[in-house]
Amino acid sequence: MSTTWPLWEVFVRGKRGLNHVHVGSLHAPDAEMALRNARDVYTRRNEGVSIWVVPATEITASSPDEKDPFFAPSGDKVYRHPTFYAIPEDVPHL
Amino acid sequence: MSFDNAYESLLGGEDAHWAFGTGFSEALSGVDREFPAGVDRDALASYCLMLGDDALIFSQRLAEWCSRAPELEEDIALANIALDLLGQARMLLTRAGEVLGKTEDELAYLRDEREFRNVHLAEIDCGPGPGGDFAATIARLLVFSSWRLALFSRLRGSADPVLAAIAEKGLKELAYHRDHAAQWTVRLGDGTDESHRRMQAGLERVWPFVDELFATHPVEARLSGVAVDPASLRSEVDGVLEAVLSAAGLTRPADTKAARVAGMAGRDGVHTEVMGYLLAEMQHLHRSLPGAVW
Repeated sequence: MSTTWPLWEVFVRGKRGLNHVHVGSLHAPDAEMALRNARDVYTRRNEGVSIWVVPATEITASSPDEKDPFFAPSGDKVYRHPTFYAIPEDVPHL
Repeated sequence: MSFDNAYESLLGGEDAHWAFGTGFSEALSGVDREFPAGVDRDALASYCLMLGDDALIFSQRLAEWCSRAPELEEDIALANIALDLLGQARMLLTRAGEVLGKTEDELAYLRDEREFRNVHLAEIDCGPGPGGDFAATIARLLVFSSWRLALFSRLRGSADPVLAAIAEKGLKELAYHRDHAAQWTVRLGDGTDESHRRMQAGLERVWPFVDELFATHPVEARLSGVAVDPASLRSEVDGVLEAVLSAAGLTRPADTKAARVAGMAGRDGVHTEVMGYLLAEMQHLHRSLPGAVW
């Protein structure tokens, strides 16, 4: 039976204002049950205010073979980080 | 460090920096625990035992599925539901204990079979034992949660502020339990020939125990304004079950009544044969090692 249930990827938003974050995967017969299973498996400790489930087969992933052409070119462009500003002491959560 | 305060002690009272798993709250904090004037305290204790034992015993039954459910995800779902009910049981037994001068543990672990006040629906074997299967468990969960949800929604107006607060918290849990059962009832009923057959058989298994849920007990009759008269819930619960069964392509079983002993059933402490075995498993650790804690 478990081999026939499709795999779903689960994304949980922890608090209002934060992004949905990938937390893991699970098996479920359909999308509605996947949502409920995700609620039970991944939000038992009060982790979430919103859940997305996505069929694992619908995710297109970058290939490890393309790692260098994909990611290496940004490796020497430190000027793209906003680290050259002085951060005021009295601004929290920055 | 007590179990209840494990999270608090972990955080040292400050949880604002945690991205996940914050904001836990204590459902009954700030609720007035004084008994309302004029309430029959013995009847109130009995009533809390009734509702508490329903949750405690059904929780024990659901916990039996742990590691045995069809899927890991369902394993966790049933355990979650069991823990919700255990939480309700703890609050209700604690309230009863305030009248009786006993702790929740004494009431859960040191009472004998005849002192338990749960309905038979909570105690019968609907699987994973030989008395049923996953479909029968779902059938019981559907009936039990639909009934208890209707009951708790009225209990929010109880003259006892503690009962009202317990109902307020439990309502959201029970709404999820009912949803979970309804989702599965529709999928099994409207699934394959085999799943349909099993779901229908599960309904037939639990239906003789439905009538007891709506029978007004003298304790409930004595607690006007505090308790809910279960007879008043029948049409609402019937409507919910009808809607789910209809969506699932299932047939409502004929109304039959499980036999009573001299007119008595679970609310009077008269239980079915399986109850003794259930209690033996639930209580043996505490009775073997009195005062054992985790």
